[in-house]
Amino acid sequence: MAGDLVSTLADLKEKEALGIVQDRLSAGDDPLSILDDARRALEIVGKRFADSEYFIPDLVYSGEILKGITDMVKPKLAKAAEVKRLGKVVMGTVAGDIHDIGKDIVVFMLDVSGYEVYDLGVDVPAQKFVEKIKESGAPIVGLSGFLALAFDSMKETVEAIKAAGLRDKVKVMIGGGQMSEEIRKYTGADAYGKDAMAGVTLAQKWVGAK
Amino acid sequence: MEKKWEEMSSDEKQEELFNRWLSPKDPEGNDLKFQNPKAEKTYKERITRIKDAAQLKKAPDRVPVCPLPNMFPTFYYGITPQEAMYDYDKCSAAWKKFVLDFEPDAHMGCAGPGPGKFFEILDYKLYSWPGHGVAPEHSYQCNEGEYMTADGYDALIDDPSNFFSNVYLPRVFGKLEGFRMLPALTGILEMYGVAFNFIPFGLPPVQEAYKALFDAGAEALKWAGSVGGFDGEMAISGFPALLGGFTKVPFDTIGDTLRGTRGIMLDMYRQPDKLIEAMEALTPLMIKMGVGAAQMNGKPVIFIPLHKGADGFLSDEQFKKFYWPYFRKVLIGLIEEGCVPFPVAEGGYNSRLEVIKDLPKGKTIWMFDTTDMARAKKTIGTVACITGNMPTDLLALGTPQQVKDYAKKLIDTAGKGGGYIMTNGAFFDKVKPENVKAMVDFTKKYGVYK
Repeated sequence: MAGDLVSTLADLKEKEALGIVQDRLSAGDDPLSILDDARRALEIVGKRFADSEYFIPDLVYSGEILKGITDMVKPKLAKAAEVKRLGKVVMGTVAGDIHDIGKDIVVFMLDVSGYEVYDLGVDVPAQKFVEKIKESGAPIVGLSGFLALAFDSMKETVEAIKAAGLRDKVKVMIGGGQMSEEIRKYTGADAYGKDAMAGVTLAQKWVGAK
Repeated sequence: MEKKWEEMSSDEKQEELFNRWLSPKDPEGNDLKFQNPKAEKTYKERITRIKDAAQLKKAPDRVPVCPLPNMFPTFYYGITPQEAMYDYDKCSAAWKKFVLDFEPDAHMGCAGPGPGKFFEILDYKLYSWPGHGVAPEHSYQCNEGEYMTADGYDALIDDPSNFFSNVYLPRVFGKLEGFRMLPALTGILEMYGVAFNFIPFGLPPVQEAYKALFDAGAEALKWAGSVGGFDGEMAISGFPALLGGFTKVPFDTIGDTLRGTRGIMLDMYRQPDKLIEAMEALTPLMIKMGVGAAQMNGKPVIFIPLHKGADGFLSDEQFKKFYWPYFRKVLIGLIEEGCVPFPVAEGGYNSRLEVIKDLPKGKTIWMFDTTDMARAKKTIGTVACITGNMPTDLLALGTPQQVKDYAKKLIDTAGKGGGYIMTNGAFFDKVKPENVKAMVDFTKKYGVYK
C-alpha cells in the first residue's frame, strides 16, 4: 500500500516520495490527485520555511523532488491541470542585476501560497515589466535586486510603469540584498519586503484589499 | 640569532608577518624609500592601529577606518567600471584618487576590476563584465552554473589539480577547450612510455590553448605592472595595502563556482559523503593558497569572502555539519602560519555568532554586513576583531549627519575597548562621496581612545 505522499514529500524523502508516486500511478490512481497531494506537501514546505524550520537548501530540494514527480505524472495527464489561483504576480530581477536566488525563493513562496507568478527572470528591462503587466493584468509586481545598482533600476522600472499609465493599477514591492525602507522611498515602490514571507504577506494584503 | 620560520610559534609567526608588513620592500627587495619621514611614520602608525585592533591586547590609539569599495572609485573619478577594466592606468589613477582623498588606514588595492582584455583572450564564461554581458557602468557579476557536474566529485577528490586543468578550466574558459586532452603529468615516469604522454601537446587544440595562455599571460603581466605599482606608490605616500592574499571556505569553493548554489544544496541531500570528502580534499589547498600569498606579499591579512553560510542559506545543523568544520580548519591552518584571516560575512551572520567564536583570541578580523554588531561584540567580538556594518543604503541615500550618527553608534558599541575597525558592510559602488568622507573623518575624530 502506498504511503502518504504529502508527509513524505514535506519531509523531503525523495526516493520514498518518488516510489509512492510510481506505486499510485501503477495502481491507476488519478494523476490530478497526486499533483494535488504534491501541492499540499509544498505548502507545508513553505510554511516550515516561513517558520525558520526549513532553509534555502530545503526549498531547493523540495522543488527538485516536485520536478521529478511532475515528470512522472505529466505523461498520464489528459490536459494541464486547472488550479484556482488567488491572484497574479509579475516578478523579476531588475535591469543590470543577474542575481536569482532571492527572486526564486519569493517566486516559490508565492507559487505554493496559491499565486500565479509570471517570472521574467534576471536582468529584466523596465519595458518588459510594463509589457507583462499589460498582457497579464497582474495587480502585483515584485522587483528583486541584490546589487546597489538595482536601486536605480528599480526606480526606473517604477517610473516606466507610471509612464505607461499603469501605476494606479498595480502595487509594487521590492526586496533583496541591500534593500530597505529608505530604498523603497527612493524607488517609489509601495512596499519593501525583508524576506520571502514578507512578500507573501504583502501579496495577501493587496489581493484581499481588491 | 634569528629563529627560523619553522621553529616559530604561531604567535611569533604572526608577529613576523606584521613586522614584514611594517617594513615594506621595493620591487628589488630593498627597504622601501618613503616619500618623506612623515609618510613613513603615518604608514607604520596605520598598520600598528590595525594590528592593535586585530590582536585584542590593547586598544589602538583610535578606531582604524578603512572604507572598502567595490567600483566606487571609478564613479568618483568619473570613469565607468568598463574603462577601469580595460585601461589599467585609468584604473590605478581612479583608485589613487580614492586613497589620497579619503585617506583610509588601509586600502584593498586596485586589482578589484581585473583586466578586461585578459578575460576576453581566454573567453571567460564564469562572469559577465561591463561591456561584456552587463552595462559599461555596472560591476561584473557571476554566471552561476554547474561547472562541475553532480558526478564530478570522484575526479575532484582523486586529483584536484588534474580536475581543475582538464575539466574545470575548459568549462570556464572557452579558449582552454584543448586542455581536455592534456595527459596526467604523474604518468611521465620512465623512458618507456614517456613520449606517449607528450602526444597531446602536438595536437592543434592543445597548441591553440597554449597560444591563448601565452597571450593571456602577457596581458596579465601588463595589468600586474599597473596594479602592483599602485600598491608600492601608495605605500611610499604612507598608505598600506590591507591584503596579503585571499582564499575561500571549502563549502563556498564548491558551492560558488564548481557546483553552484542549487547543485551543492542538492548534494547535501543526495551525496553528503562525497561533498564532505571533497571539502576535506580542498581544505589543505585553501590553506596553502592563503599562506603562500601571505608569504609572497609579506602581509598577514587574508581575505575570505563568505557566501553560502549566511543566515537563511543553511540551517544551524547544516552550517555545523557542512560549512563550519572545514571553514574552521582553514582558519586554524592560516593562523598557525601567522596569517590573520579576514572573513567577510556578506548578508546576516546572526545565527552563526555562537558557533564561530570557537577560535583562538586575537587572530582573526571579521567583517559583517547586516549582522547585529552589539551581539557580534558580545560573542565573536570577545575573541576577534570585528569590522563593518555601515549600511550601503545609508551611504547611497543618507546624509552625512545620518552616517555620523550611525558611526557613533558603531564606535560606542562595537568599538568599545578596541577590537573594531570602521568599514562599510558590503563593498560599495555608487554612493555619495560626502557620506564616505563623513564616515572616515568622523571616525578619526570621535574614535580616539582615551
